[in-house]
Amino acid sequence: MHRNIASGIALAALTLHAATATAHGFAGDRFFPATVLTDDPFVADEMSLPTLIQNPNAVDGSKESDVKIDLAKRLTPDFGVTFAEQWKYATIPGTKATKGLGGLTTGLQYQLFIDPASETMALAGFQQNWAHTGRVQGAGAPDFTTLTPVFDFGKGFGDLPEAAAYLRPFAVTGNLSFDFPVKTQSNGKLHPNNLNLGFAFEYSLEYLQHHVKDIGLTAPFDRIIPLVEIAISDPVNRGMSGQLTGTIQPGAIWAGQYYQIGVEAILPINHRTGHGYGGLVQLHFFLDDLFPNSIGRPIFGY
Amino acid sequence: MRNHCLRLGLGLLLALAAGGSAHAHAFLDRAAPSVGSTLNTSPTVVRLWFTQAIEPAFSAVEITNAQGTRVDDGQPIVDDKDGTLLQIGLKALTPGEYRVNWYVISVDTHRTEGHFTFRVAR
Repeated sequence: MHRNIASGIALAALTLHAATATAHGFAGDRFFPATVLTDDPFVADEMSLPTLIQNPNAVDGSKESDVKIDLAKRLTPDFGVTFAEQWKYATIPGTKATKGLGGLTTGLQYQLFIDPASETMALAGFQQNWAHTGRVQGAGAPDFTTLTPVFDFGKGFGDLPEAAAYLRPFAVTGNLSFDFPVKTQSNGKLHPNNLNLGFAFEYSLEYLQHHVKDIGLTAPFDRIIPLVEIAISDPVNRGMSGQLTGTIQPGAIWAGQYYQIGVEAILPINHRTGHGYGGLVQLHFFLDDLFPNSIGRPIFGY
Repeated sequence: MRNHCLRLGLGLLLALAAGGSAHAHAFLDRAAPSVGSTLNTSPTVVRLWFTQAIEPAFSAVEITNAQGTRVDDGQPIVDDKDGTLLQIGLKALTPGEYRVNWYVISVDTHRTEGHFTFRVAR
């Protein structure tokens, strides 16, 4: 009897708690990994250290490699901040290699909602890429600040009917953002407003194995999420309308208990973006799992 | 630079490949009856193993039939010797589809939940 009461209280408490926001990319049965190219639709205590990027060759023949760091920290369960910085190494045919820091990007994020039943979540954010926070000459860090409001969403398809059970592991996350550079031009270059779109299409083997059908996958294969990420940036003014650039990045993420590893190819969507192909590797840590009683939890309201 | 990046990346992957034991979010590791399976006889218990130990007081599982009626004995138990095992007894099941709903909190207070189905054929 006491056990019945205890389990009833536990279920009630957990059901109530399910309506509140949680970090780490959970919405009901769905675990959303931290994607590499697409901003995540959840506030979190996580860190990417490092992301190693070999970009496709640029139009002018230059080659750029980046080492990037990203940090996300919750201030409250629903509100967080982000920081991103990268070190660039570029070679241009016929010239000396250049290297240095890119511009610092910071962000504010607010979790709009998480709906466990429909495996849906959304986030509103505001990013700022700061002027003169990197090496402007050579490394191409900006000498102007850009303000960018952001909307991110995630949707898992676990609510599909039984007839489409094998489609339930699918999920999509996406971004919509718009760049407002505070200078319209500098150093003889125009800075247009950009409309940015990003999507990550995922098929979670973890979801398939543990929520749909046991197909015999064991560790580490039951924690792999194959995915394709797409990012497009479209200038909308200053004579650059329609000069769209972007990349398609097929790859996979393996998500463990404390960290995840992402590997993706980088394919330019058009000649304006570059040619050839590149690749990246990312090591991403779940700070809320590594340090659940200190830096891994919200500073306030926990 | 490309080679340097690749070497660094591979080194990190190798260094971390053996890691991963855990006190973090508890994922379902395996279940009996297995996820999405079809059984020829009615099982007497549902067992769920998680990737790490869970809190007995805040972890539960319930089994329902196609009409949403509970068919378990209402007494979920976390195994005394294996803190990753959550189990619950069942009433005699008639042929049909059954839904397993679970909610657990791992020992470091992270919450996860999930559900799956299995069928009894006859």
